[in-house]
Amino acid sequence: MSPAGGSSRLDLHIKHKSYRVASGARLHVLGEISFSLGNGEVAAVVGPSGCGKTTLLRIIMGLDQDFDGSVVLPAHGRLGIVFQEPRLLPWRTVEENVRLAAPQAGEATLSALFATLGLSAHRRHYPGELSLGLARRVSLARAFAFEPELLALDEPFVSLDAALVERLRAELIELVTHRPTTTLLVTHSLDEAVGLADRIFLLSPSPARVIAEIPIERPRSPRSAAELAVIREKLRAAAANG
Amino acid sequence: MNLALRLGSVAFLLAVWLAGSQLVGPQLLPSPQTVAVAIVHEARSGALAFNLGVTLLRVAAAFTIAMVFGTVIGLAMGRISVIDRLADPWLVILLNLPALVIIVLAYVWAGLTEVAALVAVALNKLPITIVTVREGARALDPSLDEMASVFRMSAWTRLRHVTMPQLAPYLAAAIRSGLSLVWKIVLIVELLGRPNGVGFEIGVAFQLFDVTRILAYALSFVIVMLAIETFLVQPFERHVSRWRIKPA
Ligand SMILES: Nc1ncnc2c1ncn2[C@@H]1O[C@H](COP(=O)(O)OP(=O)(O)OP(=O)(O)O)[C@@H](O)[C@H]1O
Ligand SMILES: [Mg+2]
Repeated sequence: MSPAGGSSRLDLHIKHKSYRVASGARLHVLGEISFSLGNGEVAAVVGPSGCGKTTLLRIIMGLDQDFDGSVVLPAHGRLGIVFQEPRLLPWRTVEENVRLAAPQAGEATLSALFATLGLSAHRRHYPGELSLGLARRVSLARAFAFEPELLALDEPFVSLDAALVERLRAELIELVTHRPTTTLLVTHSLDEAVGLADRIFLLSPSPARVIAEIPIERPRSPRSAAELAVIREKLRAAAANG
Repeated sequence: MNLALRLGSVAFLLAVWLAGSQLVGPQLLPSPQTVAVAIVHEARSGALAFNLGVTLLRVAAAFTIAMVFGTVIGLAMGRISVIDRLADPWLVILLNLPALVIIVLAYVWAGLTEVAALVAVALNKLPITIVTVREGARALDPSLDEMASVFRMSAWTRLRHVTMPQLAPYLAAAIRSGLSLVWKIVLIVELLGRPNGVGFEIGVAFQLFDVTRILAYALSFVIVMLAIETFLVQPFERHVSRWRIKPA
């Protein structure tokens, strides 16, 4: 399942996950979800809103241990995440927010990162002085600067304009080719998934399970409109059957 | 405009004082000038600076002890429910013990010593600090904690950059209310069992019915505390809230 040469970076076997809600009832959120990601592999998780994508990422990151199943990560592996909401420290500047998470990052790395993300002019600003799109970019900068081995991104490109998304996509590709980073991207956008991933996992509505797994040939390379249409049709058919 | 209002308010206070002193006579309420002269006299002899200094040191020591222990215990109680349940009855008892009882017991058990005095003052301030910081600890944002743990921030980084800034408004409230409470209790402690300090001087003046002296010392100390509030507490508050968006 993993690409040739890559040892496994993430082995995920979730059998069942439910939340206890305030009324005392249990809400069944995740069904059977199992997959492995190889070293440097980029996977996209696509599913309807509320199906349990954030829950899945939280389990992988070790933030939620209350589930049936297992998550195997390399020992001492660095995990980075771009949360669905920026989660910055409001009392620290943009630069401090990034440096606190990634104290090892040098000035050259940071300047380059801030330049790519269009944040150079905002280094000394506080998060309260940023637009939501800018704050999301800081959250991306923080995760990139941390140089994780496994990077999880929870819908990182919403509320950003198309040109910027294109730039960030290029930056993400640059990142994963430069330094093999196993990446799990949660997204609503099929185009984003097709443009970035080696494999796409399509999730069903809650309780989520994997209804289709679509490998992408020649990932992250330019594609003709006809090719795109074929992949999209495949995904749509899978979603309809699930 | 702001300054004019403040000065006007102070001038009005002095006018009321002057009128009052005329009304009840200088024996009961000496005029502002008399008190000012007494302050200058005490200052010349060096007694004022000495007694203010001694009292201020006691305030600083007791306040620091109470703030440090109060913050640690309050954080622990706010974050760990077992500790909260264990320590809560103690806290309620301490909260409801009258200041005078704590002071007298401290002197009886530990003698009329400096340590007993400081512990007594700190114990009076401690429970309120704990309660305030505990509220702050309960309001800590778990999503920032998750962020800090994913990015493997060290315990020190978390405390300094994640936890403390969230506690800052609660600490500022504890500092505010704490300073005024502590100096009032320090005066009682000095009156009851210390051979120097503003409280001791006021005790002596009380025995001689020397209202001028009482006012001279009390007023001097109020001015010192006002200066601390203006030049230390308020700048500290501005510094820790510099990231907040100012209301237009
Ligand atoms: N802490 C919680 N307690 C109870 N229920 C929760 C909790 N967190 C999430 N849920 C529920 O679990 C389900 C999945 O939530 P989750 O946030 O994982 O969805 P999602 O796929 O990320 O949605 P979106 O695309 O809108 O971000 C939802 O029905 C949600 O109401
Ligand atoms: Mg989500």
